[in-house]
Amino acid sequence: MEKKHWLTQDRFLEDWAVAQVMPGPNVVNLSLMIGGRHFGWTGAMAALAGMLIAPMLLLLVVAALYGTVANTAAAQGALRGMGAVAAGLITATGIRLVPALHKNPMGMGVCIGLAGLTFVAIALLRAPLVGVVLLIGGGACLWAWRRLAPRSSTGAGG
Amino acid sequence: MPMLPLVDWLLVFSHFASLSLLAVGGAVTTAPDMHRYLVTQQAWLSDAQFTASIALSQAAPGPNVLFIALLGWNLGLNAGGGMDAGWPAVSLALLGVVASMTATLLPSSVLSYTATRWTHRHRERRTVRAFKAGMAPIVIALLVATGWLLMAAHDKPASDWPLYLLTLAATLQVWRTRIHLLWLIGAGALLGALGWV
Repeated sequence: MEKKHWLTQDRFLEDWAVAQVMPGPNVVNLSLMIGGRHFGWTGAMAALAGMLIAPMLLLLVVAALYGTVANTAAAQGALRGMGAVAAGLITATGIRLVPALHKNPMGMGVCIGLAGLTFVAIALLRAPLVGVVLLIGGGACLWAWRRLAPRSSTGAGG
Repeated sequence: MPMLPLVDWLLVFSHFASLSLLAVGGAVTTAPDMHRYLVTQQAWLSDAQFTASIALSQAAPGPNVLFIALLGWNLGLNAGGGMDAGWPAVSLALLGVVASMTATLLPSSVLSYTATRWTHRHRERRTVRAFKAGMAPIVIALLVATGWLLMAAHDKPASDWPLYLLTLAATLQVWRTRIHLLWLIGAGALLGALGWV
C-alpha cells in the first residue's frame, strides 16, 4: 500500500472494517477485496495465493519436522508450552477488543451479557457454533438494529 | 485411528464449509466447533494433535487460518496410519490440507467477494452497522472460549497447574504489554522442553 499507492489510508481502513464484518479469515477477505477492485477476479485469486501459499508450505514443513520428533519428551513438552502460550494469545486478542464495546449501540452491559452467554454456550456447554451464532448473534444484530433507529437518542447506553 | 472412507471426507468438507460462513471475526473463532466435531464427537483427531495444530500455526508466520490446513494434514495422516506409514499417509495428509482449506475458504470468499461491492456502497446503512455491532460481543466471547478450550484440554489440575499459570501469564503479557509474540511462544517452548510446565 505504501509502496504502490493503489490505496489511500482511509480506503484501507474502510476495507479493513468491511473485511471484519464478512465471515472468513480477515486477511483473506482483505486481499480478495483489494486484489479484486484493481485487477478483477484474477487479481483477487493472485492476492489470495500470494497471501497463503508460501506460509502454508512453510507450516507444513514445520509440521512434518515436528512429526518426526513428536515422540521425544522434549518436543512434546515444547509443544505443550507453546500450546499454553497460544491459548493465552487468543484469549488476550479477545480481551483487547473489549474497550471497543464502549462505542457499541447496545451498551456495555448488554454486550457483556451477550458475550457471557456465548462463552457459557460454547466453552462450558460445548454447543454447536451454528445454533449459537444464529440465536445469540442473530438476536444481538436485531437488538443493535433497533438501537440504531434513525430518530432515537444516542449515547445513553448502559 | 480408523481409515476415513469417502463419506467421512465429505462430512469433513461439509462441516468445514458450513463453518466458513460462520467465521465472523476470523477463522480462529471456529476453533471451538472444530474441536467439538473432530475431537469430541468423531474422535478423528486427538486433543494433543488439535492443540499442536493451533500452537504450530500461531508460532509460524502467516495468517492464523492456516491452523485449518494443519487440522486437515493431521486428519489425512491419521487416516493413512500415521507418519510411519510413509508416502500413502503423506499423500492423504496433503489431500486433507487441500480439502480443509478449500472448504474453509471457498464459501466465505465467494460471499465476501460478491457482497463487498454491496457493503461498500451501503457502509452507512443501518443493517450493515447493526450486523457489525451485534456480532462484536459474540466474536470476543468466541476468542476467549477458544483459549479456554485449549486450556481445558489439559484436565489434570494436580499436574497441569503450571500450564494454567503459563496461559494466564501469556494472556496478561499480550493484553498489557507490546512484547513480540514470538518471544512468548519461544519462552513457552523452552519451559515446556525443559519439563517445567
